[in-house]
Amino acid sequence: MTVIEKTEKALLTILKYFSLVFFSFCALLPVVSCVITAFKTDSEYQSTNVMTLPESWANFSNFASAFDKAGMGRAFVNSAVILVCVLFFSTLIGTQLAYVLNRFKFPGNTLIRNLFLFASMLPGVAMQISVYEIMYKLRFINSLPGYIILMCGTDVIAIYIYIQFFENIDISLDESAIVDGASYFTIFYRILLPLLKPAIVTSCILKGVGTYNEYYMANMYLQDKKKLATVATSLYTFVGPLGSKYNLICAGVIISLLPALIVFVTCQNQIYSGLTSGAVKG
Amino acid sequence: MTKNVSVNNKRTFGEWLRSRDGQKVLVMFAFLILPMVLLMVFTYIPFAEMVRYSFYNMKYVGARKFVGLKNYIKVFSRKDCFGALKLSLYYMGGSVVQLTLALYLATILSFKVKGGNLFKGFMFFPFLINGIAIGFIFKFFYTRGFVFDTVLQWCGFELDNLPYWLKDRSINNISLVGTSVWRYFGQNMVLFIGAIMSVDGELYEAAMLDGANRFQQFKYIILPSIKTIFVLNVILSISGSLSAFEPPYVITDGANGTGTYFVVMHEIAHTQQKVGLASAMAVVLLIIIFIVTILQKLFFKYIFRNNEQ
Repeated sequence: MTVIEKTEKALLTILKYFSLVFFSFCALLPVVSCVITAFKTDSEYQSTNVMTLPESWANFSNFASAFDKAGMGRAFVNSAVILVCVLFFSTLIGTQLAYVLNRFKFPGNTLIRNLFLFASMLPGVAMQISVYEIMYKLRFINSLPGYIILMCGTDVIAIYIYIQFFENIDISLDESAIVDGASYFTIFYRILLPLLKPAIVTSCILKGVGTYNEYYMANMYLQDKKKLATVATSLYTFVGPLGSKYNLICAGVIISLLPALIVFVTCQNQIYSGLTSGAVKG
Repeated sequence: MTKNVSVNNKRTFGEWLRSRDGQKVLVMFAFLILPMVLLMVFTYIPFAEMVRYSFYNMKYVGARKFVGLKNYIKVFSRKDCFGALKLSLYYMGGSVVQLTLALYLATILSFKVKGGNLFKGFMFFPFLINGIAIGFIFKFFYTRGFVFDTVLQWCGFELDNLPYWLKDRSINNISLVGTSVWRYFGQNMVLFIGAIMSVDGELYEAAMLDGANRFQQFKYIILPSIKTIFVLNVILSISGSLSAFEPPYVITDGANGTGTYFVVMHEIAHTQQKVGLASAMAVVLLIIIFIVTILQKLFFKYIFRNNEQ
């Protein structure tokens, strides 16, 4: 290697790490500044610069008061109920749909696939203009079950992940079970569903994060903010009179993103692979 | 006699139900009914309703009056409606930056890098934060003299020379687009890394042996391998820019000229309750998105066909 090549390589390495550090810094800065502020007392918040570190990292009073003021206890219970129901039903519906679409050839198979694909192109915000009317007629406004049913509508990414997975399960498995006299229901529930577990975990994590973070529809259809707030909508408490107490707001924000952070740290690779497999096919 | 026939029919139907074919139809019906009902009730019926509403002058409750194409004429003549579409140009610019950045970082991270997973995690995490929290985080971030201004002051800028990031009309849309880039570049990056990783590692080794440098590897191995997903993301980002909604909705509420088309539409539908007009806006945008999507598909088909020749 010549000297020029060596310096070139060293420069590339420096550039490489500089880019990584710089953009990681950009990605973290807004969140980190929030964490710093969340630990400050009122007087500290008013007298120091936002980027000055707090005096004590053990000052959890903002967290307690944000949790209390925004009714986050109730919100966490609601979010948990929504999450469990939505994940259970959408997984059931989604895997069943994928099973039929993958294993049975019938007229209309492609049509159904395209109907789901086309539906995913319609922007949700625009659709809510008329979904609102339907939710109203079904008496689903201010109703937790109503919101859950709305959220259960299967998303295309999950269906693609399942279909892709079914493609990799040998159909001779189904056939030998049929020879043994098993019904289609038995085949699906006893044989295929257990095999589908990795795909289910992956799409549940994605759908779970999406459901937990959903706020536009929750804000619109769960209007009773005292009883029916989710974690995301409970943050609306801080709009208005509390709007400038950023040490309190930041604490609330940090609390709301803790569950997502925990899921992310524990299931990083599943999130990545879920995103990739969903996107490549879609 | 007739009785006999019906009994006979019933029996054969029962038999048919127990047969393999019957079982097949039964399981298909049982498994398809729920997703199809959900799809119809929450997507296709509202879609049809929306198209119908767009021809009426109406609120959610009360009398409706058929007005023909008047709503559509309003969409194109009202300043707040169509003018808002111009804002999507900012978001398109943002998505170009976002995709380029994601591609650059994905290329770096797909080679051996110390602490690569950690960097990847840092940059991806913003994608997992809920929209409202992002709204608060960036209201705080951009407030006069707060986080962003402080960091710029560290870099030697004077506070007096800095604009008000969310109020100044010459810069506030760029600030908002910045939040959207911040939120999604990590997710794009992860998608690209996934696509790059799906390339057989031996290809790189072979290329190295043949003396290809990093740039050549990028051009001849990486770029072709992520072609599909890149095109997909370009298409998604253009229709995403046209329907940009979240950053202005949660950060500025559309104030000071940051109201994108969807923010204006949301306001017209749910605050002013002009459901007909809002529906017409939605339909117009959907048509634009479809046209753009089809044009893009044709365009990329044409480009890649030329490439292969």
